[in-house]
Amino acid sequence: MFDFLEGYDVLGAFWMTVKLTALSALGSLVWGTLLAAMRVSPVPLMRGFGTAYVNIVRNIPLTVIIVFTSLGLANVFGMTMGAPDDFEAQGFRLAVLGLVAYTASFVCEAIRSGINTVPVGQAEAARAIGLSFSQILRLIVLPQAFRSVIGPLANVLIALTKNTTVAAAIGVAEAALLMKEMIENEAQTLAIGAVFALGFVVLTLPTGLILGWLSKRLAVKR
Amino acid sequence: MSSVLYDTPGPRAKRRNVLFSAVFFVLLALLLWWVWQTMDDKNQLTWALWKPFTQSQAWTTYLLPGLADTLKAAALAMVIALPLGAFFGIARLSDHRWVRATAGTVVEFFRSIPVLLLMLFANELYVRSSGISSEERPLYAVVTGLVLYNASVLAEIVRAGILSLPKGQTEAAMAVGLRKGQTMTSVLLPQAVTAMLPAIVSQLVVIVKDTALGGAMLGFTELLNARQTLAAVYANVIPSFIVVAIIYIVLNFLLTSFASWLERRLRRSKKGTGVVLGEDTVEVNPAAVRESFGSGAGGSI
Repeated sequence: MFDFLEGYDVLGAFWMTVKLTALSALGSLVWGTLLAAMRVSPVPLMRGFGTAYVNIVRNIPLTVIIVFTSLGLANVFGMTMGAPDDFEAQGFRLAVLGLVAYTASFVCEAIRSGINTVPVGQAEAARAIGLSFSQILRLIVLPQAFRSVIGPLANVLIALTKNTTVAAAIGVAEAALLMKEMIENEAQTLAIGAVFALGFVVLTLPTGLILGWLSKRLAVKR
Repeated sequence: MSSVLYDTPGPRAKRRNVLFSAVFFVLLALLLWWVWQTMDDKNQLTWALWKPFTQSQAWTTYLLPGLADTLKAAALAMVIALPLGAFFGIARLSDHRWVRATAGTVVEFFRSIPVLLLMLFANELYVRSSGISSEERPLYAVVTGLVLYNASVLAEIVRAGILSLPKGQTEAAMAVGLRKGQTMTSVLLPQAVTAMLPAIVSQLVVIVKDTALGGAMLGFTELLNARQTLAAVYANVIPSFIVVAIIYIVLNFLLTSFASWLERRLRRSKKGTGVVLGEDTVEVNPAAVRESFGSGAGGSI
């Protein structure tokens, strides 16, 4: 019944999806946190840069960004991403770069919204009892902010998992590209669609359930 | 300005902020200068590459028809997905468990699949078992994919909108003897629709962005695809990308601004219950919506 799977590396394609997700998640977490730090900092110029970056990048379709990394950065500007001869590695790294640039703006917004859920009164009360700046951050603000940020970040992670399919537009051999090839060549359109759909449900369902449960459990009751 | 992270700056903090501003300004200027130099090195700043965008031909032949297709697909997807989403959203709130469960499964399933897979699948289905001409097919495939995905996202928005209403509304409606259907159509839905409007407009941004997938993968002649044709004629890859990106940014920025204007206006208005589903509830934190954390979360990025 599943003989249409023969000759295709379905697991390999999903492994590529997982690798894209993991690396992009790591990168966008770092860059997004930096952006969020800029957006809540007391320095107006940094705030302005953070706001501008987020509003510009999240309004450009991810597809445009990913295609640009290949046609623009690689072809015109000759950015080889440290792999001038290996086109597979180059496409992969460019896709990660595009995904990080795009997803970071959503990570930034998620973290900022998490920080904003901490009422100003918490910090004011902490100052009133004489805590120092680092004590306020360490003991009062960040613990509350981290707990309320899990839900939004899990949401971004799930969206990122789905968004890695866009890398197919520049020929990265991940799940969507393999599915395109398979449904064009094999007869069992429905079965192939079901296999890939199931693959993504398997990838995203545990993330959603575990992190959703965690975010509810750790939520600060107000 | 005081926030939860720092106090209103005093004289010392002000001096430090000025120093940080200066350092950051220098770094930013260096970055911009580097980008400018790189563009200059690759001759991307020559006027010949940018000139087409000051003439009407590039716009009327390529960009505007592309933009029209983008808007057409987005509008069609929204118009078809809204009633479908409303149907599934209400079905998820049904009193009958099997209706709830079925609708829930359908919604969670389609939300957890990347929209690109749905588009590719719809395209192949139309190739094999329909008489749609090959010129029309990309539009059909893109709209089908967008409808399936966004109907399920909108279903969650509708459900969240109805759940956000105060319980007293249902109780009062039942107290005056309305039936379940009447309660929904004449009491809950009208108020929920107002509350949902900002979230629905925000979802339109997501739909507009997703149309670009059809251009890259299915040959749908929308803006991104039109850019490729344009760049092939004028040989201006970088300028065309920048112009197209600006068009998307302006379009989506207008939609986002409209959504937040609506949100502010609805929050202020004295009519209704004052319940509004803002961008934040749905886009940033779907966990704020009760029982909404399956695989399908993250529907709006």
